[in-house]
Amino acid sequence: MRILLVEDDRETASYLVKALREAGHVPDHAADGEEGAFLVDTNKYDVIVVDRMLPKKDGLTLVEETRRKGNDTPVLILSALGQVDDRVTGLRAGGDDYLAKPYAFSELLARIEVLARRRKPGEAETLLKVGELELDRLSHLVKRGDINIPLQPREFRLLEYLMKHAGQVVTRTMLLENVWDYHFDPQTNVIDVHISRLRSKIDKGFSEPLLHTVRGAGYMVRDGVR
Amino acid sequence: MTGFGKVVRTTAFKLSAIYFVVFSVFAIAFVGWITRETDHFLTQQVRDTIEAEIGVLADEGLRSGMTGIVAAIEQRSRIPGASLYVVTDSQGRVVAGNVTEVPAALLKLSGLDPVTIPYKRLEGEKTHHIAMVQVLPLPNNFRMLVGRDISEIERIREVIGKAMISAVVLLIFLALVSWFFVSRRVLKRIDSVTATSRQIMAGDLSGRLEVTPAGDEFDRLAENLNAMLDRIVHLLHGLKDVSDNIAHDLKTPLTRLRTRVEATLAGPAEVETYRTALEATIEESDQLIRTFNALLMIARVEAGSPDGALGPLDMAQIAADVVEFYEPVAEEAGVALTISAEGPLPLHGSRELISQALTNLLDNAIKYVASGDPAEPNPTIAVEARQVDNEIVVSVADNGPGIPESERHHVLQRFVRLEKSRSQPGSGLGLSLVDAVVKLHHGTVAMSDAGPGLVVTLRFPAET
Repeated sequence: MRILLVEDDRETASYLVKALREAGHVPDHAADGEEGAFLVDTNKYDVIVVDRMLPKKDGLTLVEETRRKGNDTPVLILSALGQVDDRVTGLRAGGDDYLAKPYAFSELLARIEVLARRRKPGEAETLLKVGELELDRLSHLVKRGDINIPLQPREFRLLEYLMKHAGQVVTRTMLLENVWDYHFDPQTNVIDVHISRLRSKIDKGFSEPLLHTVRGAGYMVRDGVR
Repeated sequence: MTGFGKVVRTTAFKLSAIYFVVFSVFAIAFVGWITRETDHFLTQQVRDTIEAEIGVLADEGLRSGMTGIVAAIEQRSRIPGASLYVVTDSQGRVVAGNVTEVPAALLKLSGLDPVTIPYKRLEGEKTHHIAMVQVLPLPNNFRMLVGRDISEIERIREVIGKAMISAVVLLIFLALVSWFFVSRRVLKRIDSVTATSRQIMAGDLSGRLEVTPAGDEFDRLAENLNAMLDRIVHLLHGLKDVSDNIAHDLKTPLTRLRTRVEATLAGPAEVETYRTALEATIEESDQLIRTFNALLMIARVEAGSPDGALGPLDMAQIAADVVEFYEPVAEEAGVALTISAEGPLPLHGSRELISQALTNLLDNAIKYVASGDPAEPNPTIAVEARQVDNEIVVSVADNGPGIPESERHHVLQRFVRLEKSRSQPGSGLGLSLVDAVVKLHHGTVAMSDAGPGLVVTLRFPAET
């Protein structure tokens, strides 16, 4: 996956470039807003990661200009400003996701991969399938093989989000934001408890687990056969 | 600046000057109008009198001819009064009358309108009198003059003129006096405000403006400024507490972190040891980041800048969502979590912040109840949201060990953690955030005894 990283802090940038490369991606790096704009115009990227405060041209302006040119490459904005207001400004400028500093690399990587996938067509499918697990978004029915699995509405949305991003790491923060629409960090690991409850419903009694914990990162729904 | 310049620049001086000009113009216009009206009225009266006399004399002429007129005039001339009569023959000689000297040219006129002339009544008089007269032609080139002395009117005019000057002088005097007192009073109070603010700017925040028992605008202003100062002092104290606490509560984990890294580096170079140490370091720094975020959040909320847009909310929905969010956690801890909330409970605020506040309360309650008296067989947390008059009341009640009354107020402060909870994870910021969020929404936090346990009650003004 081709990723453009626009980040002015050399050390952070070189660490991120290295880590992204290790994760199997092809990262380009721009150290300021103008260089970033040039690279955006001359290359085709799958995801652009932009720091909000950049020399020469700030991140939000870069995103706005990119959008004005009709370029709809997914953009992830990084910022030291992490309040909801700042997030709203970032998304309004044309960003697709917003991550507050300091962040864990696993969080950044998970979000980049989810963003890149978002572009692919066939998103509006009504039946999500992972292995023998099926989730019908219209009838709100969940089946594993022939067995119906009754879920609470919130559990349904949790599983729906996980299955929509099947094969991808989904972090706790992403679940908190997308399933509960909360942007704060609860003191207890509430998400873990919700996941283990969901897991007991969809995996218990089956030999092949589908809902996996990715250590140090989050969760993933994946067909074990692959 | 000179003393005069300073005085001229004062508001009191400007106001006095404006009042002075306005009143002077008004007074002059008023006195002028009275003069004009009086003058007009008196002149009209004189004219009427002259006309009436002419009428009577003309009647006499019709009845008895020239001789009748002359006889009537001679008779009238003997009555002392303000009336003037002259009859002249065709050569201009005075035939009858009570006036010795009139301008000769006048008698040649035959205007019907009265005119004002100087005249002398007695032979050898030094000064002229002033009269209003009318001249009428009689048969045989005889002429008759009838008039009235108007020195009276002149005197009235003079009196009014003098009154006018006195009034203006008095006004100037009064304006000066009132300006003196007003400016002295105003300047004194403003100077005291200036002095107090200087004192405060110099760093002494204990200074307060004087509030007199008069209860005037200045007192209201002083009261407001004093309230503002109280608020600033409160915020500064808060800031000081925070920096003290940051020093303690952030330095401790930082020291721990550094010691661990140092000890690991000093120890044997084994990959597994390094890995364990690094993982612990990340964990520790995550906790630090969390504490830091919570502090920033509280500071932001307390400064009155809400996180996210404020809008219409339903407290019943928010409470239900949060309870649903925490229910698995409670279940895992063996705590029964119940909710009673019937919506809509309209409220204006931030869903994000109120949710977070409720989350913090639930989090605390679960920790307390779970770590509480083992003799309590049915640990329970009851969340209730309802509307009481104009208030939306949300309460979180547990049947845990509770908080002693003396410590209740204390726990809302930053970093305060009761000894009992030291062993539990947490930053000691949860309730401070609750307090800040509630204050942002103009609400109150109260803690009371649930017998046994603790009830935390949040009250928000309902949206009408």
